[in-house]
Amino acid sequence: MSQIDLANTSLRELNATLQAQKGGDNQTAWEILNPRGSHALAVGLDAPIEVTVKGHTGYYCAGMNQQATVHVEGSVGPGVAENMMSGSVIVEGDASQYAGATGHGGLLVIKGNASSRCGISMKGIDIVVQGNIGHMSAFMAQAGNLVVCGDAGDALGDSLYEARLFVRGSVKSLGADCIEKEMRPEHLDLLSDLLTRAGVDAKPEDFRRYGSARKLYNFDIDNAY
Amino acid sequence: MSDQDHKIPRTVPIQSATFSNPINAEIRRAAATGIYDIRGGGAKRRVPHFDDLLFLGASVSRYPLEGYRERCDTSVTLGTRFAKNPIKLDIPITIAGMSFGALSAQAKEALGRGASAAGTSTTTGDGGMTPEERGHSSKLVYQYLPSRYGMNPDDLRKADAIEIVVGQGAKPGGGGMLLGQKISDRVAEMRTLPKGIDQRSACRHPDWTGPDDLEIKILELREITGWRVPIYVKVGGTRPYFDTALAVKAGADVVVLDGMQGGTAATQDVFIEHVGLPTLACIRPAVRALQDLGLHREVQLVVSGGIRTGADVAKALALGADAVAIGTAALVALGDNDPKWEDEYQKLGTTTGAYDDWHEGLDPAGITTQDPELAKRLDPVEGGRRLRNYLKVMTLEAQTIARACGHNHLHNLEPEDLCALTMEAAAMAQVPLAGTDWYPGKPGSGY
Repeated sequence: MSQIDLANTSLRELNATLQAQKGGDNQTAWEILNPRGSHALAVGLDAPIEVTVKGHTGYYCAGMNQQATVHVEGSVGPGVAENMMSGSVIVEGDASQYAGATGHGGLLVIKGNASSRCGISMKGIDIVVQGNIGHMSAFMAQAGNLVVCGDAGDALGDSLYEARLFVRGSVKSLGADCIEKEMRPEHLDLLSDLLTRAGVDAKPEDFRRYGSARKLYNFDIDNAY
Repeated sequence: MSDQDHKIPRTVPIQSATFSNPINAEIRRAAATGIYDIRGGGAKRRVPHFDDLLFLGASVSRYPLEGYRERCDTSVTLGTRFAKNPIKLDIPITIAGMSFGALSAQAKEALGRGASAAGTSTTTGDGGMTPEERGHSSKLVYQYLPSRYGMNPDDLRKADAIEIVVGQGAKPGGGGMLLGQKISDRVAEMRTLPKGIDQRSACRHPDWTGPDDLEIKILELREITGWRVPIYVKVGGTRPYFDTALAVKAGADVVVLDGMQGGTAATQDVFIEHVGLPTLACIRPAVRALQDLGLHREVQLVVSGGIRTGADVAKALALGADAVAIGTAALVALGDNDPKWEDEYQKLGTTTGAYDDWHEGLDPAGITTQDPELAKRLDPVEGGRRLRNYLKVMTLEAQTIARACGHNHLHNLEPEDLCALTMEAAAMAQVPLAGTDWYPGKPGSGY
């Protein structure tokens, strides 16, 4: 385990060190001390390394992550794991807005709550939130899975494309073109796998599935507000 | 009818300037269809433009440089503020962002070939970076757009610069739509969406709002790319002074300012014609913002929207821009709206020079389409050659003007080299009305 203390290391040095790691290196575990809400922490990683952040982070923690596992022992600011391609990001605390925005792949686990626009424009990422999520989550979500163990706020899945949404608690309201859909066996299997990978002890049968009605897929002026 | 009746003068039919034939036709079209008109091509209305400016040339007080013989440099370096590897261009004319999806792969390749041969850069667009485009572009700017279609860190690191697109001149404040008929298997895969559906491009970024967030977003992109490449911020021309100042405050290396004549984005006609500022009106406020911050020339200004000739290039640079970008003109150079396709334009209900339904994917010239048969009509090698020639001519024209004004570099052109033909152009460009030493709003003029 190597430690990097942001109290005496610059952000540039930290990211450059982590970005320089290659698959197969002996040093695969890193611990970041004193993050103190720093922005753009552990961004652009591209190796199967494990990074543990000992504290809270600012914007875009683990942005565009590839392969790495980033574990935040605190809460994260806006845009955690934005545009993640692969790997996983685990947040022990809460997440601010835009968690997992535009993510193409990988797994984002938020053990607390996530704020508004969680999973906005997601393109293949899997997101599991153990708490609640805020309004306009999964807006224009294209692909991937969003699992919410708590409640969802207003306008869930507005203008949704092909992403799948699973919510155990209440949904304050559904957004345009988002509807509840039948939970078929393949969805239960998928959800079971996601919950297992996220380390969540919950029954897939307790969730409801939401998806796109696909009525906005081709522009119709009568659908305009 | 009596002879007397024939002698009474009659009122001739008078067309209304307010309810003109084109306006009435649009009212009838709207009444028949219930939907607004969508098109490309930028603002078609007459707005004050570079045509309303003239260069003064040399005189007793200034001597010219010898045409063809005396050196007149054209190079420009973009991204000198923070980037380790600024982009060095041989000419101050770049190719604006146009997506693979909106354009065929052949057209993107042709743009790359032509730009590279001319020593300048080209730009991706919404939809990501294609290998053909990267391979044929010696200097490629990778756009970072609200949709993030195709965005990935591998391509980000392959880019020579990153352009964060906040807005476009054709539709500042508006998003985009790529219609389903242009969504081929390849386009669909690059954008992670089903084939054949209309693809909406969001009007604002999903993970930042406002200049304070933008500063952090720029930090993230720099950290991912190791602070190597310049980061541009592109805005549509609306509040050029404040947008430029805020982009600089957020950490931009380059500000790209796109006026309302910017034409390659398809959107509602009413949006194109009624939102945004003419390019001419954008430049001086943006330059003043850079000057007020003490960063003119350190943060470079790229101007686009209606650039057609070397004279336009020279005028934009004289007003303080560091470079220009072309979109529509580049497509015309490739063969868009060429008279040889007139029969096919007629079948589409239009005519040469007026074809602007680029979003429909039926382009007879094979440029703005994903139809394989149409796309074959554009030979990317020949297209590249034509674009290179066009860029060369524009550069020679700008040099001709600069030499006539006594300058050995295009960047030495200055507002004092210009006068305006109209009051409006004088006010926007802040150069004297021809034959006077006055322009509206000139400090101390009392107006």
